[in-house]
Amino acid sequence: MTAAAPKQMHLAAHFPGVNNTTVWSDPRSGSQIEFSSFEHLARTAERGLFDFFFLAEGLRLREHKGRIHDLDVVGRPESLTVLSALAAVTDRIGLAATVNTTFNEPYELARRLATLDHLSAGRAAWNAVTSSDAFTGENFRRGGYLDRAGIPRAPGSARPEGTPYTRAAEFVATARELWDSWTPEGAPRPVSHRGRHFTVEGEFTVPRSPQGHPVVIQAGDSFEGREFAASAADIVFTRHGTLDAGRAFYADVKGRLAAHGRAPDELKVMPGVTFVLGDTDADAREHAADIRRRQVSPQNAIAALEQVWGRDLSSYDPDGPLPASDPDPGAELVRGRVRQGDPLAVAARWRALSEEKGLSIRQTVIEATGRQSFIGSPATVAALLAEYVAAGAADGFILVPHLTPGGLDDFVDRVVPLLQERGVFRRAYTGSTLRSHLGLAEPVWKG
Amino acid sequence: MPALRPLHLAAEIGGPPRYDAAHHTGLARLAEGGALDFVTLGDSFARPGPDALAVLARVAPATRRVGLVPTVTTTHTEPFHVSSAAATLDWVSRGRAGWQVGVSTTEAEARLFGRRPAAPAGDLWHEAGECADVCARLWDSWEDDAEIRSTATGRFIDRDKLHYVDFEGAAFSVRGPAIVPRPPQGHPVVVIDGTAEPARDAAARHADVVLVRATTPERTAAIRDDVRHRAAAHGRAPDALRVLAALTVDLGDAETAPEPGLASGPPLAGRGTYYRGGPVDLADLITQWHRAGAVDGFHLTPITPARDLERIVNGTVALLQHRSLFRTFYPGGTLREHLGLARPANRYARAGERV
Repeated sequence: MTAAAPKQMHLAAHFPGVNNTTVWSDPRSGSQIEFSSFEHLARTAERGLFDFFFLAEGLRLREHKGRIHDLDVVGRPESLTVLSALAAVTDRIGLAATVNTTFNEPYELARRLATLDHLSAGRAAWNAVTSSDAFTGENFRRGGYLDRAGIPRAPGSARPEGTPYTRAAEFVATARELWDSWTPEGAPRPVSHRGRHFTVEGEFTVPRSPQGHPVVIQAGDSFEGREFAASAADIVFTRHGTLDAGRAFYADVKGRLAAHGRAPDELKVMPGVTFVLGDTDADAREHAADIRRRQVSPQNAIAALEQVWGRDLSSYDPDGPLPASDPDPGAELVRGRVRQGDPLAVAARWRALSEEKGLSIRQTVIEATGRQSFIGSPATVAALLAEYVAAGAADGFILVPHLTPGGLDDFVDRVVPLLQERGVFRRAYTGSTLRSHLGLAEPVWKG
Repeated sequence: MPALRPLHLAAEIGGPPRYDAAHHTGLARLAEGGALDFVTLGDSFARPGPDALAVLARVAPATRRVGLVPTVTTTHTEPFHVSSAAATLDWVSRGRAGWQVGVSTTEAEARLFGRRPAAPAGDLWHEAGECADVCARLWDSWEDDAEIRSTATGRFIDRDKLHYVDFEGAAFSVRGPAIVPRPPQGHPVVVIDGTAEPARDAAARHADVVLVRATTPERTAAIRDDVRHRAAAHGRAPDALRVLAALTVDLGDAETAPEPGLASGPPLAGRGTYYRGGPVDLADLITQWHRAGAVDGFHLTPITPARDLERIVNGTVALLQHRSLFRTFYPGGTLREHLGLARPANRYARAGERV
């Protein structure tokens, strides 16, 4: 008897940009918009046998103090179009796009996703996210289907209808009705959907796609987000960086599946993580510190502080102490970015950190907003990743490199072989569709 | 007598619905082999077929020079998304993107969205014009040199070179700026079929390439003159428009073409712009219409794409090239360069200089 084979991990790559994790000041930092950057990262991820390549979405440029935020990477292409092009220069890797359910219509988006699944021979995935953001909605005032608070409205209705999640759930269900509307033999059958948010009547124009349904990803840690993931998603994209938080989240979300008639394996838990490699662990820590200094420029440190304090702090010295006064909890200084939580609590935490370690503003921001999850030599990082999976904190990881386009090169060249040696990661793609990489069954056709 | 204007040729690669990338890639490469200006791929929400813009994005890395012009309709779609997708097609094709503006006139299409009933073509084309307008503004909302990567100041972009568009249309509004930086061509090439009256004003105001369906060179020339006059009335230089005659062609059953160079009249069938004959006849027709100054070129829709496009490229185009009426290679890299159209100046950058 041999021991049971170790659990296999899944790996995905996130194209970095539009946040301050991207070290654009590095001389090796290339274009954030040229297709060649996307091609290099996707092909590198495919060389590393990754499950999928993942693109985020932007629908409104962030503002800081009433002006466009200018310190981080800004500007990106439209995800589904880039992924369609990437389908031409890759063969196996899954192609995942974040696309909002608040500012799209199910018929059009289901059609674009099914098209991508055809064009890529079964590699499409959709991260279905919600927005409750009237700020973003200012670019999408066609239907007037957001009220002033950003809550979706039913067609023709003056009153808000539920929450973004009720619209998202109906959106995904409607997309699935459309994907199921062609018989496996290739005959279109009319769809008739009449729900709270959508009325869709007629024939879908795209036959059932190679995966049946593109893979559905859900991001978000709230109660509603977890329920939505447990009921409707194939992958849940989380941000739980530590082993204990990861295990708690993993147990919680897997525990919700049975109530929806699903087995634990039908939903993959994949945290988004960063990594820094070095020849030794000490090297890697040095690199990591350098990356943090580049990510948090003096200007970025003040901006981060202003986002918490809610007022202009441009006269403060980034190398000096934190403001003595408390934040203005009601101020809305930043628009288009997820809030970090209660400003008073965040400020108290930062002040305690600063006092305990004697840190300046910039040092405090560097310390408090650090998101580097895995730092070390390739052997150390491989061991840590394997430990998380073995301990039930994740089914795999969505890696966010710091650099475009070469930020994944070292990981693929140096860490992937070690994961393979450990027997926790594939040595070759065994199938051609994303579902096959993930070990997910093709959805049963519901005619 | 003025010198003959350069001839432009384009071909539609749609047809019976196909969902595999190899089919479309093969046709686009065939067109590229003939140095055609661009291929179009028609689209509609209400008949079988894939999303055209996605298909041509898939084709982009598999081709190098040919322009890629999907139909994107404006009736049930968000202008901001249309703008982003077209700009992105331009990025992934390195400056070869166009956009054929379409509208959804039918109740069947409206029911797929459930947001509003079908509307008259005039209203829809007015809205389509507004959509083209806001897209152009969004493409301009980033100046070309907005990305500065200034380590001294910590700024990735110069926000003074990003602009709100604050567009208020009859049916939608958009604040801006775009998410996608200004694309390589400045603006992807806008194509509008200006044959029908409701679309003609939008074509004259917003199109770079106007398609015209008419059965005689005289009629085509008359519509072309009208489009150019209207463009001038909107303050545009008429020479910044390319007017292409749209012909549906069936090259299936007429291998017995007359000798090249014979001035035999091509057989025009009764169905509007439907053409049936041999590849040589088609070359003769193109030559005659072009020499008459009726059009800047032709947009050919093969009735059976795989068969007819091959005959167009290897028969008709080869003959036109032999007669030195059509280029044998691409002198430039972008669709605008193929068409002899300038890269548009950025309206916001100009405004900035005046201040």
